[in-house]
Amino acid sequence: MHITQEAAKRHTLAIMVDNEPGILARIAGLFTARGYNIESLTVSDVTADKAVSRITIVTSASDHVMEQILSQLDRLIPVHSVSDLTAMGPHVERELALVKVKGTGDHRIEALRLADVYRARVVDATTSSFVFEVTGGPDKIDTFIMLMREVGLIEVARTGIVAMARGKDPA
Amino acid sequence: MTPEKSGADILVEALCDLGVEVVFGYPGGAVLPIYDALFRSKRIKHVLVRHEQAATHAAEGYARATGKCGVVLVTSGPGATNAVTGITDALMDSIPMVVLTGQVPTSLIGSDAFQEADTVGITRHCSKHNYLVKDPAKLGGIIHEAFHIATSGRPGPVVVDIPKDVQIATAAYTKPGPIQHKTYRPQIKADRALIERAVDLIAAAERPIFYTGGGIINSGPAASQMLRELARITGAPVTSTLMGLGALPASSDQWLGMLGMHGTYEANFAMNEADLVICLGARFDDRVTGRLDAFSPNSVKIHVDIDRSSINKTVRVDLPIVGDVGHAMEDMIKIWKARQHPKPDLTDWWQRIAGWRAKNCLGFTDLPSDIMPQRAIRALWEATHKRNPIITTEVGQHQMWAAQHFDFEQPNKWLTSGGLGTMGYGLPAAIGAQMGNPNALVIDIAGEASIQMNIQELGTATQYRLPVKIFILNNQYMGMVRQWQELTYSSRYAESYSDSLPDFVRLGEAYGWKGIRIETMDQLDSGIAEMLAHDGPVIVDCMVSQLANCFPMIPSGAAHTEMILQGAEVSGEMDDAAKALV
Repeated sequence: MHITQEAAKRHTLAIMVDNEPGILARIAGLFTARGYNIESLTVSDVTADKAVSRITIVTSASDHVMEQILSQLDRLIPVHSVSDLTAMGPHVERELALVKVKGTGDHRIEALRLADVYRARVVDATTSSFVFEVTGGPDKIDTFIMLMREVGLIEVARTGIVAMARGKDPA
Repeated sequence: MTPEKSGADILVEALCDLGVEVVFGYPGGAVLPIYDALFRSKRIKHVLVRHEQAATHAAEGYARATGKCGVVLVTSGPGATNAVTGITDALMDSIPMVVLTGQVPTSLIGSDAFQEADTVGITRHCSKHNYLVKDPAKLGGIIHEAFHIATSGRPGPVVVDIPKDVQIATAAYTKPGPIQHKTYRPQIKADRALIERAVDLIAAAERPIFYTGGGIINSGPAASQMLRELARITGAPVTSTLMGLGALPASSDQWLGMLGMHGTYEANFAMNEADLVICLGARFDDRVTGRLDAFSPNSVKIHVDIDRSSINKTVRVDLPIVGDVGHAMEDMIKIWKARQHPKPDLTDWWQRIAGWRAKNCLGFTDLPSDIMPQRAIRALWEATHKRNPIITTEVGQHQMWAAQHFDFEQPNKWLTSGGLGTMGYGLPAAIGAQMGNPNALVIDIAGEASIQMNIQELGTATQYRLPVKIFILNNQYMGMVRQWQELTYSSRYAESYSDSLPDFVRLGEAYGWKGIRIETMDQLDSGIAEMLAHDGPVIVDCMVSQLANCFPMIPSGAAHTEMILQGAEVSGEMDDAAKALV
């Protein structure tokens, strides 16, 4: 006997929650307990009184499971709202990465040239290394990191995705 | 200015303000201040159980039998971890319960202190909600909120973890007004347009069936009245899940019996052939649906549930309605009557149902030598039904036989662990039910294996002079395990024989109970009569036919139409895909 899995589609969710201890464990634990998957997760408080946090989760699921994810999140007591940005239509997704590259000579020059093309900023430099800050959609960041591998990539730190619906209305 | 009180006194006062009459618990180091406050207050009855798991099941039994919120009080560490099974059980069966756990002082949290466990971490996903209280000033408000969340919407267990220093530190407490939670607002009233569409569908259906569940019991006794009226005016047949038994009287002509794995032939075939399924407060559990792609394949499906996440979880429905099922039925009845719908002519449908009923799927053959377990349940029903007893069960064959053969006429009389299937539920649940209904006849129908999982509670019933009865169907096997081993593993009985059983009669007597043993058919009625005549707790060890199995049965992963009826040859080996199903 073999175990089969359903075809999944990528969704980006914006979840507004009470900023209270354990809230992240509650959300992340719901995903593990019910077998949903998390590709990216970011969280930060977003109101003046720091009472409400916005969690952005990228997940992939079949349409049927997606409906469950939304209603399971919605019934958690500290959850204010859940929005499926992917289903709602056009939205912007951004991510920030810090990328450390080590090298001298041609590698160093090539790293700087590529950084310029990708609009990455140098936020730290030594005679043998750079730390670049790059923002953009996840594909752009992936590509930039791939290119940096060839010119001396040392390490990467990524924030995970934040996202927002286009237009004047909130999610 | 309001005078300050200790956290423990605030807790007790809040419980009194909430109308709590009884708490099931067990003391320990981290709850000593609360126990002292209870002792001084004298306003709340405390039932001392013998194991914290039993406190949770007793609170469930109390809640299920009275409709009130069950309350549990246990200490930190092992007190809390022992309560986890009952908390999970209450979550699965939507039982309103508040569990108060002691915790080590805030300064020691995270230090691996004596009897420290991460209670909020452990219970986060087996409770409806939980709290760690770090400020006595917030304790009163949290307790009121916890009861609000436990009892409203889809009920469930709420855990409040209270560190010992928070129980001792002081703060002001005033009784809060009605709770308006900022995010938690369950939808009670269903959308009227959807109810109207439901009425249209019911009026036009040729083969409708009501598939009802525990949500009707949870909604309160009025919901059961609504179901009776809705069934009367529409003339449609009614089946129910294990949790929903009693919402419609079993004596009703429209009652088809329970559906699902051990449901009746007529209920399962009617579900399969229906053109309209009206699901009221049930959740399409795998024990109900059987193989999903063969479940009620040609019906339009309406699903009324207060929990949106229950809708479209496993079975896609055509008309989802979020709201309290009692209110939804009330609205359906009003609209039906306002439109002056005549009672639909379902003669053809009832004729087909009569054909399925003629199979007499619950029939069984008495043996001259042994007591058939089904006969024992029927005899118990005959002797007790006029007293409208509360029946609890453990988990296994005896539970299914009780569901099939004990007929319930009212809600809140049938207390069983459905979702989690917790062996050891029945005795503590009976104790809780008896606490809430001192004059009722409360019987735990048990198996000889399950009863041993919380057998220590014999002492609790003795201490509080609770006249609960335990009726053990003793076949010396974990019968349901053995039945599955017959079906799936060519009768290789791995560890399913109940060896080294205690003498239940003498065990009961050691705890101050009356013990009765029934071994032959001629002792059955007299043994039951003797049990009922005794006004204290009684344990009956009823020896039943050892190899009887529970039928009808839909094997795991099979369709409703693939039921196995009584007496069929079932032993064999199943393929891996079938073995992998629960």
